[in-house]
Amino acid sequence: MSQTLLTSITVFVLAVFLGFELISRVPTLLHTPLMSGTNAIHGIILVGAMLIAGSADSDLEKVLAFVAVVFGTINVVGGFLVTDRMLEMFKRKPAERDE
Amino acid sequence: MTLAVSQTNINLAYLVASVCLIIGIKRLSSPATARSGNVVAAVGMAIAIVFTFLDPDIDTYWIIIAGMAVGTVIGVASARMVKMTAIPQMVALFNGVGGGAAALIAAAEFHRLAPASGHVLPEWMGAMLFSALIGSISFSGSLVAFGKLQELLPGRPIVFRGQQIVNAILFAGLLVAGILAGSTEAGIWAVLLLLGALVFGVLLVLPIGGADMPVVISLLNAFTGLAAASAGFVLENTALIIGGTLVGASGTLLTVLMGRAMNRSLANVLFGAFGAPAPAAAGGAAASTDGKSYREVTAEDAAVMLAYASRVVVVPGYGLAVAQAQHNVRELADLLEARGVDVKYAIHPVAGRMPGHMNVLLAEANVPYPQLYDMEDVNPEFPRTDVALIIGANDVTNPAARDDPESPLYGMPILNVDQSVNVVVLKRSMSPGFAGIDNDLFYRPNTAMLFGDAKSSVEKLVAAVKAA
Repeated sequence: MSQTLLTSITVFVLAVFLGFELISRVPTLLHTPLMSGTNAIHGIILVGAMLIAGSADSDLEKVLAFVAVVFGTINVVGGFLVTDRMLEMFKRKPAERDE
Repeated sequence: MTLAVSQTNINLAYLVASVCLIIGIKRLSSPATARSGNVVAAVGMAIAIVFTFLDPDIDTYWIIIAGMAVGTVIGVASARMVKMTAIPQMVALFNGVGGGAAALIAAAEFHRLAPASGHVLPEWMGAMLFSALIGSISFSGSLVAFGKLQELLPGRPIVFRGQQIVNAILFAGLLVAGILAGSTEAGIWAVLLLLGALVFGVLLVLPIGGADMPVVISLLNAFTGLAAASAGFVLENTALIIGGTLVGASGTLLTVLMGRAMNRSLANVLFGAFGAPAPAAAGGAAASTDGKSYREVTAEDAAVMLAYASRVVVVPGYGLAVAQAQHNVRELADLLEARGVDVKYAIHPVAGRMPGHMNVLLAEANVPYPQLYDMEDVNPEFPRTDVALIIGANDVTNPAARDDPESPLYGMPILNVDQSVNVVVLKRSMSPGFAGIDNDLFYRPNTAMLFGDAKSSVEKLVAAVKAA
């Protein structure tokens, strides 16, 4: 096993535990925004798409990489914006009700 | 043209980005910090993207820039224009394209590496094929989920005879194709794997009822995370591994939590064909369904019930979201409170199309937080409640889930609205709810039906309460 692979596996295993720990006590109310937020975070796949697109040789690879970049960008941009719109709704405005 | 920065510096930037993503998720899981958490995560993402631009391996920029321009336009437009009610399917769509990107990356890498040497590292090959498999399933599955929520496809479970056997055979076939693609490095097997996985994703989601879609989208979200992580193994990129794995792990846990809120196991959601009529109920109960009668009420009568009640519990559901009636409901509640009526909102964990859906809508109408009650807190209140006002909610109030072991809903916790003195149901028609199951509540003697679009019905109630 190469050193790089071992490092990758180490990072992977630690990230698994971290992922579980991070959200173990989340209120139901936030399930949807949290799903939407993590949905945006896996848009990190865009980084992979960029690396492929930047070094593509054949036309087929270029086409695949182009579509991958488009998809990844939609995932990132759309994901964060939709999450923000959702969370904007939670903002507590100063109480206008006078009772 | 070169903007190259050393690989070490890029990896340091990835570390900073990863920390931002972690802090972002952490803050997203608490109401007070959620919005800033999303911003922190977005900043982390921006750092990762900017430094990737500086990677020395990148020699062509135009594909990236063109792709990002197209993607940004589509992403911004769709996120801005989507209505609040359609956000669940938007999340499904964004998730699907992420999975699609992972599959395409795997395909491109396979094409680049496989024919060249014949000596692809086995760990790369494995990660590549896994990414292709899971990414494709997530892509097509998410599109089906989108179709169901957008009502392009029927929301009811689509089942056919021997479906699970077909799925099992297909899955076995995918494994074989994967092994052959890995060992022979022949493109045909990789193409078959991709296509087969797309079909599998469709077959996986088709038999799942619309009411379970949030759980499914959450599961597919975790899948996309794992696909991204394995793409990270192929590209030896820590940002991808960390970001993808975080989503894979937290998404899996979130899926379990969501299932638990509905009192259903994941296996039950995936293979239970929820919403298909229970075999026993189909024969026995059919006769009585037709014979049952319900009571219709005018807005004026319902308004009088509300105006002279001392305790009212409002139960919002998807119908409220569709009609965008949240502001009118707030107005009605304010009027009632001004008359001295105690008004509470009962929020079922899965009311609407996603957990938290109702909280978002009511928050938009500035309904004060202390008036929103979770299911456990409000259920003991119903026996003391004069009027339970149900606005576009259905399955979450179905007493069969509590009382009838043969109902497909049996076991799902519900709001015990039937224990109130009076129940007023605002509904467009007598058609069954999203799960496709008839609701016995509507036929109870203490239930009155007020038919019409939720918004116009609430407007009528407001006018009538003012007059009362």
